[in-house]
Amino acid sequence: MSITPKTETPGASDYRKMEESTTLAPLERLDSEDPSQELLTLNMGPHHPATHGVLRLLVTLEGEVVRDLKPIIGYVHTGIEKTAEDKSYWKAIPVVERMDYLAYYFNAMAFCGATETLLEVEVPERAQYLRVIHMELNRIMSHLVWLGTSALDLGAMSMFWYCFRDRELILDLFEQSSGQRMHTRYIQVGGVAEDIPRGWVEKVREFTAQMPGRADQYNDLLAHNEIILQRLRGVCPLGEPELRALGVTGPLLRAAGNPWDLRKAMPYSSYEDFDFKIPVGVDGDNWDRFAVRVAEIYESVKIIDQALDGLPEGPWITDDRKVALPPRHELATSMEALIHHFKLVTEGFRVPPGEAYYPVESPRGELACFVRSDGSSKPARVHMRDPSFVNLQATAPMTEGSYIADLIATLAMLDPVLGGIDR
Amino acid sequence: MPDATGLELLAQELREADEASVLDTLYFRDKGVLIVHPPAIVETLAHLRAKGFADLMSVHGVDYHPMQPRLGVHYELLDMDSLDRLTVKLRVPLDAPNVPSVTPDWPTANHQEREIYDMFGVIFEGHPDLRRILMPEDYEGHPQRRDFPIGGEQVMFTIDEAQGRSYTQ
Repeated sequence: MSITPKTETPGASDYRKMEESTTLAPLERLDSEDPSQELLTLNMGPHHPATHGVLRLLVTLEGEVVRDLKPIIGYVHTGIEKTAEDKSYWKAIPVVERMDYLAYYFNAMAFCGATETLLEVEVPERAQYLRVIHMELNRIMSHLVWLGTSALDLGAMSMFWYCFRDRELILDLFEQSSGQRMHTRYIQVGGVAEDIPRGWVEKVREFTAQMPGRADQYNDLLAHNEIILQRLRGVCPLGEPELRALGVTGPLLRAAGNPWDLRKAMPYSSYEDFDFKIPVGVDGDNWDRFAVRVAEIYESVKIIDQALDGLPEGPWITDDRKVALPPRHELATSMEALIHHFKLVTEGFRVPPGEAYYPVESPRGELACFVRSDGSSKPARVHMRDPSFVNLQATAPMTEGSYIADLIATLAMLDPVLGGIDR
Repeated sequence: MPDATGLELLAQELREADEASVLDTLYFRDKGVLIVHPPAIVETLAHLRAKGFADLMSVHGVDYHPMQPRLGVHYELLDMDSLDRLTVKLRVPLDAPNVPSVTPDWPTANHQEREIYDMFGVIFEGHPDLRRILMPEDYEGHPQRRDFPIGGEQVMFTIDEAQGRSYTQ
C-alpha cells in the first residue's frame, strides 16, 4: 500500500491539523488500483433529522472526507406556484405563506408587495409599521428555530428546549394579533387584516424586554463552549466573491463581510425609519454564520421597540374599496359597500396587466415574489425566488474537502428550509 | 433604478455592440426592462455585468399562453454599489425552446435554469447538468405551463393499484 504524502489544506483550522491520521491529498491519486483508496458514495436523507427537512444529499466520500456532494430536492414539492395561479389574489396569500414555513410573514409580504406594485396601492403607515413588527418577530422566531435545531445537530440538546420556549412566546403573540400561531394570513393586499387587539403592545413590550437577556444566556451557553468553538471556528469557509457568484444572500453573505441587507440598501415598508445595525462577519466560516444570526436577534428587538414607540395612529388597511373589504358596519347602511363586498368575496379584485418583482429581506436572504397579471382577478404567474433554494447551491463548494461531520455543521449553519426550496 | 432615459442609453449601448441584441425596452412601475434576442443573452448579461450589474438575483420562467412566442425567461440583475435593479427578459417559441445557458458565467443560475427546464421545458444549451429538479425524473410534461391542467394528476390510493389503475395510465 502506497503512503500518500500529507498535504496541508489551505486555511486548515487547528481542529483539522489535530487530526494526523487522515491525509487530505488531491483527488488525482484515486485513479490508482489500490482498493483502500476507493470512493464511497453515501446517501444522506431524505429522512434524516440533520438535514432539516426532506433533503437528500448524495455524498461522495474518500474515507471521512467529502469529495463531492449533490443535493437532491423535490420531495415536498406541492406545486404551490401552480395552485396560486388558480386562486384570486387575496386567496393566494394563504398558499403562498406555506412555502417557507418559518417565514410566513415574509412570504405574504413579498406577494402582497408585488401585487400592490401592480395595483399602485398606497399602504397606510400604521399598516407598514405593523408589518415591520410582525416581520421582525417572525425573524426572531425563525432564528430561534435555527439556533435550537442547529445546536441539536452539534449535540447541545437543551438549547432546543430553550429556543422553542421563546419561540412559543412569539407564536402566542401571533395568535393574539391574528388568531393563528403559524400561517397567519395577517398581511393583506393594501395593509394588514385587522388592527392589533388591546393589550397586545404591552405583551410585545414584555417580550422585547426579556428577549435580549435570553439571547445573552444562549450566547453564554454556546459562544464559549469548547465543542461549539471547535466545530464551528474556521470550518467550511467560503469567500464573498464565491458567495456572490452563487447568488447567496442574507446572513451567509453578511458572515463573509458583505453588509448587504435589503432593509438598509433598498428600504421597503418604512424600514428607513428605524435605527439598527447590520451584523457582519469576517472570515465567512461557520462561526461567523452563527454569530451573525445571533446578533441579528438583538437588532430585530431594537426595530420592534422603535416601531412600537413610533406606531402611527390611523387606518391599518387602504380605504380603496376596490381592493380592501369595507368595514362591517357599512354593510348594513350602504348599498355601495355591499356591492364592493360582494364583488371582492366572489370574484376578487382585478389587477392591471403587468409584471412585478418584489424583494424583501427574509431571515435567509433575498426572498422575492414575481407576479404576472393578465388583467384578470387571478395571477397568471406567481414565482418565489426563495433564498434557501439558491443558497443550497453553496453547500458543495463550502464542504468539499472537509469532514462529513463538518458537513452536518455547515448544513445547520446554512439554515435551509425545505418547504421554501421545494415550494 | 436606471430611469427611463438611462434605460434607453443602456439599450443603445447594447445595440452598438450587437445590433440585434435588444428588441425592446419597457419602463414599468419605476423599473427598467430590457427585452433581448434569445441568442444574445450571454453577451448582454456580460455587458451589463461590466456596467456594474454584477449579481444575478433570480432567473425565472413564464408561460405567456395564449400569446406567442409562449415561453419567457426573466433575469433579475442587481447592482449592489449603486443600488440598481434591472430586468432582462426574453421569449422563445414552444417548438424551439432553446436558450443559451448563463450558468458557466453565473453559477447561481444552475438550479434556477434546471427549475425552468423542469416546469416549462425551456432547453438551456450549455448547461452542465440539465435535469429535472423538483419533479420526479420520469415525470412527463411541464407542469407550470398554462395549458397543463391543475389537479390533472390522479392521486394514488391503494385501492387504485388493486384495480389496476396507476398514474401512468
